[in-house]
Amino acid sequence: MREVLLALSVFLACTVEAVEALTIVLAIGTTRGWRSARYGIATAVVSLAAVVAILGPALTAIPIDVLRLVVGGLLLIFGLQWLRKAILRAGGFRPLHDEASIYDREVTAAGRADVAGGRFVPDWYAFTLCFKGVLLEGLEVCFIVVTFGANQHDVSLAVVGAVVAVVLVTGAGFLVHRPLTRVPENTLKLVVGVMLTSFGTFWGAEGAGVRWPGSDTALPAVIAAVAVVATGLIAVLRRERDRRRRPVASVA
Amino acid sequence: MSRVRTFGAFWYEFVVGDDWRIAVGVVLGLAATAALVHLAHVSAWWALPVAVVVGLALSLRRATRSGGPGPTGEP
Repeated sequence: MREVLLALSVFLACTVEAVEALTIVLAIGTTRGWRSARYGIATAVVSLAAVVAILGPALTAIPIDVLRLVVGGLLLIFGLQWLRKAILRAGGFRPLHDEASIYDREVTAAGRADVAGGRFVPDWYAFTLCFKGVLLEGLEVCFIVVTFGANQHDVSLAVVGAVVAVVLVTGAGFLVHRPLTRVPENTLKLVVGVMLTSFGTFWGAEGAGVRWPGSDTALPAVIAAVAVVATGLIAVLRRERDRRRRPVASVA
Repeated sequence: MSRVRTFGAFWYEFVVGDDWRIAVGVVLGLAATAALVHLAHVSAWWALPVAVVVGLALSLRRATRSGGPGPTGEP
């Protein structure tokens, strides 16, 4: 059960990040040409693979209780930030993530920038933006893969979840040749926030010495509880948003 | 030195993000849980979830007070 939830969480998190990276890569590749963009993507992917290859086995060597306390705590902090942003978006207190407008912005900026490069990388702008985009989005995935994999002592399962997501998103992106605006990204971010917070709570508490009632079967209950709390907080925020809008509506 | 600072700032932003109080709340929640389990010998499985819910709610309250949708409804 825990394995399925772990793979699903990594898959969803990676889908969200891959969609964001794809938007940048497509905007740069279609505007500036693919050669330098491909070099940037390849360099970032190799860097990310190195991070997972080094950190994954290193973390699994740490005693499990210490690992769960430290890494579970980090995952909880990280997850709560995701969840907080997702709740603020869903509640109307933060703009929704819009891939189409990000794509248009990147295309405009890429069209204006000068072309400067060398023999191997003809366009440093395209290389740098693709490298940075894939690296930064990928680092979040690496963090999730490494922390999930280390806590579960199964980095390879987490890697499989991530790779499947990247392959699916990349394939779909290059087929439609547009940003994947139909992926319900904001909802996915909320789901990922719930999953990260739940796993962080579960592992962090175990690391602090807690024995959960029902052992592993407590994890789905924690996930359900976090989801209910998040839904309730979104409802509260929406009511507050509506309350703030009301005076203007009555004047109009 | 500035490179070290930039590197540190990147990781701080990456893990801790917009509200450092959440990170402090998590550390305090873990410490309280460990104290309850190891010192008071209480089965404190509920302590961290409570800390998480309270910390998240307070952080959202602060965020919606300091910003959020204006009269036009735009965030």
